[in-house]
Amino acid sequence: MNRATIDLWVGIFVTIGLGALAFLSLKVGNLLTTQSAPSYRLEARFDNVAGLKPRAPVKAAGVVVGRVESIRLDPKTYEAVVSMRVDDGYGFSRDTIASVLTSGLLGEVYVGLDAGGDPKLLTDGGMIAKTQSAVIIERLISQFLFDKAQAPAK
Amino acid sequence: MSSDVLVRGLRRVGAGTLVFVTRLGFATRFFFAVLYHTPSAIRRLQLTLREIYFTGVLSLVIILVSGLFVGMVLALQGVEVLDRYGANESLGIVVALSLVRELGPVVAGLLFASRAGSAVTAEIGLMKATDQLAAMEMMAVDPLARVVAPRFWGGVISMPLLAALFSTMGVFGAYLVGVRLIGIDAGAFWGNMQAAVDFRTDIVNGVIKSVVFGVIVSLFAVFEGYDAQPTAEGVSSATTRTVVGSSLAILGADFILTVFMFRGIGL
Repeated sequence: MNRATIDLWVGIFVTIGLGALAFLSLKVGNLLTTQSAPSYRLEARFDNVAGLKPRAPVKAAGVVVGRVESIRLDPKTYEAVVSMRVDDGYGFSRDTIASVLTSGLLGEVYVGLDAGGDPKLLTDGGMIAKTQSAVIIERLISQFLFDKAQAPAK
Repeated sequence: MSSDVLVRGLRRVGAGTLVFVTRLGFATRFFFAVLYHTPSAIRRLQLTLREIYFTGVLSLVIILVSGLFVGMVLALQGVEVLDRYGANESLGIVVALSLVRELGPVVAGLLFASRAGSAVTAEIGLMKATDQLAAMEMMAVDPLARVVAPRFWGGVISMPLLAALFSTMGVFGAYLVGVRLIGIDAGAFWGNMQAAVDFRTDIVNGVIKSVVFGVIVSLFAVFEGYDAQPTAEGVSSATTRTVVGSSLAILGADFILTVFMFRGIGL
């Protein structure tokens, strides 16, 4: 095995190895679109965020506009404080409504933003005042059964 | 009589412990000696390239074929379960996460240990058995710089590339089975995968794992070869120790790394 052949094969090996890494980063990990856009932070308080996790998508009209950054509990009010990063390209009016939604019956939990009509926009660190908590199916069912039992039999 | 058996048993435990600790200390000093000779591996680049050829390029076939088949089998079994919940579209997530985080580095590391690590141990062990290492020292050539360091760095460089190729082939195999054979929508397959796989937490951590495994396998391989009894039997048992030891070390290190990387402790 002479030197030129070894050099050639090592070159091919390193190139396709780095190519595989690039493939994993770009095609599988989607590096370009997730890391590039500058973003600003919004906060919202919910009574219940059941099932929401950090890095869950933030969607407006079904379009992903950002990601949930962190979720913590306010020890005084016992509300969940969700902080999220929204891409700089999207502005939201100050009366935007944030709600915790589920895509499909068993799908992922995400934050939905419904823009309002206020001409003033939320800025970095802004707090979304109007929120709607997660719908918990168990509670809905128990409420439904309770109502059934209460209703006079016909 | 029975106390005699007890003493003999304890003596055996003690001797085994001493041998283990001595070898561990020797291995640690050996590791630092190899690191110290790193510049000579760079200066004699041709030797290191040769080792990348022997450990990396010649491992390509087994890595690529295994990666492809692991990906295809993962896809078949994943669909089996996901189909019950009508979540076929999540197949891309299951396959990509398990390959990039775990299977890519670990299985590539195990294959690398048995394909390349054993060969390096046998080579260095035979060089020792046939007094080639002693001859080098006679000629004032440090075998650590001339023989060991290029083999060590060749392995450390090859391993992450092989792991990345393994994962890529696995994803490709899953695509073949999931999208082409079973008929999952290609857009959902790639889209869900891209939404779930994170560059920093998944891909970078996978690469870190494969580098660590590369160091483990290469160190085992060169150390066992260098430390082998210079007989035919000694070389064969050193080769076995390389494969068994580095495989167990990979699995142990993988568990520890996973705990730190994905359970929110540090990193």
